[in-house]
Amino acid sequence: MIDREQVVHVAALARLALSDAEIDRMQADLQQILQAFEALNALDVSDVAPTAQVIPLATVERPDTTEAPLSHDDVMRNAPRVERDQIRVPAVLTED
Amino acid sequence: MSDDLFRLTVTEASSALEAGDISSVDLTGSVLDRIDAVDARTGAFLLVTADAAIDQAREADARRKTGDANPLLGIPLAIKDVLCTDGVATTCASRILEGFVPPYDATVVARLKAAGAVLVGKTNMDEFAMGSSNENSGYHPVRNPWDLSRVPGGSSGGSAAAVAADECLAALGSDTGGSVRQPAALCGCVGLKPTYGRVSRFGLVAFASSLDQVGPLAKSVRDAAVLLSAISGHDSRDATSLPEPVPDYAAMLDGSVEGLRIGVAPEYFGEGIDAGVSAAVREAIGVLETNGAELREITLPHTEYALPVYYVIAPSEASANLARYNGVKYGLSDPQAVDVDEMMATVRARGFGAEVKRRIMLGTFALSSGYYDAYYLRAQKIRTLIKQDFDTAFESVDVIAAPTSPTTAFDLGGRTADPLAMYRADVLTLPASLAGLAAVSVPCGFVDGLPVGLQLIAPPLHEARLLRAADAYERLRPAWPAPRQAVEA
Repeated sequence: MIDREQVVHVAALARLALSDAEIDRMQADLQQILQAFEALNALDVSDVAPTAQVIPLATVERPDTTEAPLSHDDVMRNAPRVERDQIRVPAVLTED
Repeated sequence: MSDDLFRLTVTEASSALEAGDISSVDLTGSVLDRIDAVDARTGAFLLVTADAAIDQAREADARRKTGDANPLLGIPLAIKDVLCTDGVATTCASRILEGFVPPYDATVVARLKAAGAVLVGKTNMDEFAMGSSNENSGYHPVRNPWDLSRVPGGSSGGSAAAVAADECLAALGSDTGGSVRQPAALCGCVGLKPTYGRVSRFGLVAFASSLDQVGPLAKSVRDAAVLLSAISGHDSRDATSLPEPVPDYAAMLDGSVEGLRIGVAPEYFGEGIDAGVSAAVREAIGVLETNGAELREITLPHTEYALPVYYVIAPSEASANLARYNGVKYGLSDPQAVDVDEMMATVRARGFGAEVKRRIMLGTFALSSGYYDAYYLRAQKIRTLIKQDFDTAFESVDVIAAPTSPTTAFDLGGRTADPLAMYRADVLTLPASLAGLAAVSVPCGFVDGLPVGLQLIAPPLHEARLLRAADAYERLRPAWPAPRQAVEA
């Protein structure tokens, strides 16, 4: 139902560097869980509308006025690496 | 007043404070001493903010002298560590948020502070609120105050254990699929999940956005009502927040169930439900009937689908919500990584625990190309059928009564090897969550010395009806004991 290659693919999509042992365990767990989810196929839902959220609120608007934002220092305080008042990350574009 | 101030309910403490019999500094000191004495056994707290609590207590005592009589003024409360607290570390019990100190308060926290409540600390939980036993905490497990070899339930296990062991007068938790009600049932306290949209989620770390709600855990239904009034109401910072006015829920508790139509569905008493739990809950329902409620058999035919529906929808939403933890803006990072992709993948692999990884994988799979229709869309359609079951039922009944949890508290380690067995702990709380309903768990008896919870479910925004029924039951039930033996051994 879900093979090892798919698990590796999904882990890449989810940005999770799983070890080989974790991939084995994950495949077994997902296999077991998805098998239990086969129950969902027992119902004919072709005429049923999906529910994304249960309380019917229309698009919520509020007055277009500015409010004081959090201070720059407060927001940056949690960043692991800050340089010249900006968050520093490793290279986004590499040569290969 | 005795030395045991920590044993008081919110309502009792509030009266004593207002009468001038005790001060908030005394009360808060008593609660902090209690935490010192028993928390090594329960593991309910991740962080105790003793100095700040005493400062807040002094401030509350000063405010009372000016005539302020808010029912939460000077009352020591605990906050589940999934709610942001300004200047106080917030971890979601995850290593990936180690060191994160929010620069703002969640709206519910701000509202409690404005009411003058004293916040004694942050409670332990399953990592990112994913779990039913609190064993998924990235720090340490919580033990059930009634039997330290058993789980407190989850994911608000720390809040439930803290309330049951008198380490706070009441607490906030969050409930996505049962995370307030199920631990409340297993620890013998009251736990309320408000209607989806009743309480602001601004500053609640998101797990599954179409399901998450903040709710109180308390020693009595009246206390839960007081907390609900304090935290409810519209918040312009949460687009799913409902605009309806907030009543004084505690003032509406009149102790009557005369003429209340209670629905009982066979689907909640079937296979997999412990016989002792069923019997205790049926007995509680009988007490309500004897006192004027009318029982009606109803049917909720899609109940059995709630578990797979939930475990497709919630992990799918979680896989998107948890994408933000990547070592860039806060928390765990990896300065040695050569490129940003490597950093994100290694930080996430190191920072997330096994169950969080499992749910991210499950959700990512369910949303991925080629599987979306078969899993996520199909689950959303069956969610519609589950909601319609309740809509139909509520045409003929006012509330639905059922067990909260299929079993009493299970052994620590008893289900950790089998994810599906753990998921089944939520089987009776998931349907009301998927339908966005209000639901409460109230202690209704014991099986082999372990508490059983009666779950009552009401239509959206009928918290007053729900609390009135739960409070009436509480008055009819024998006085609830405190779990002294295990925690004070």
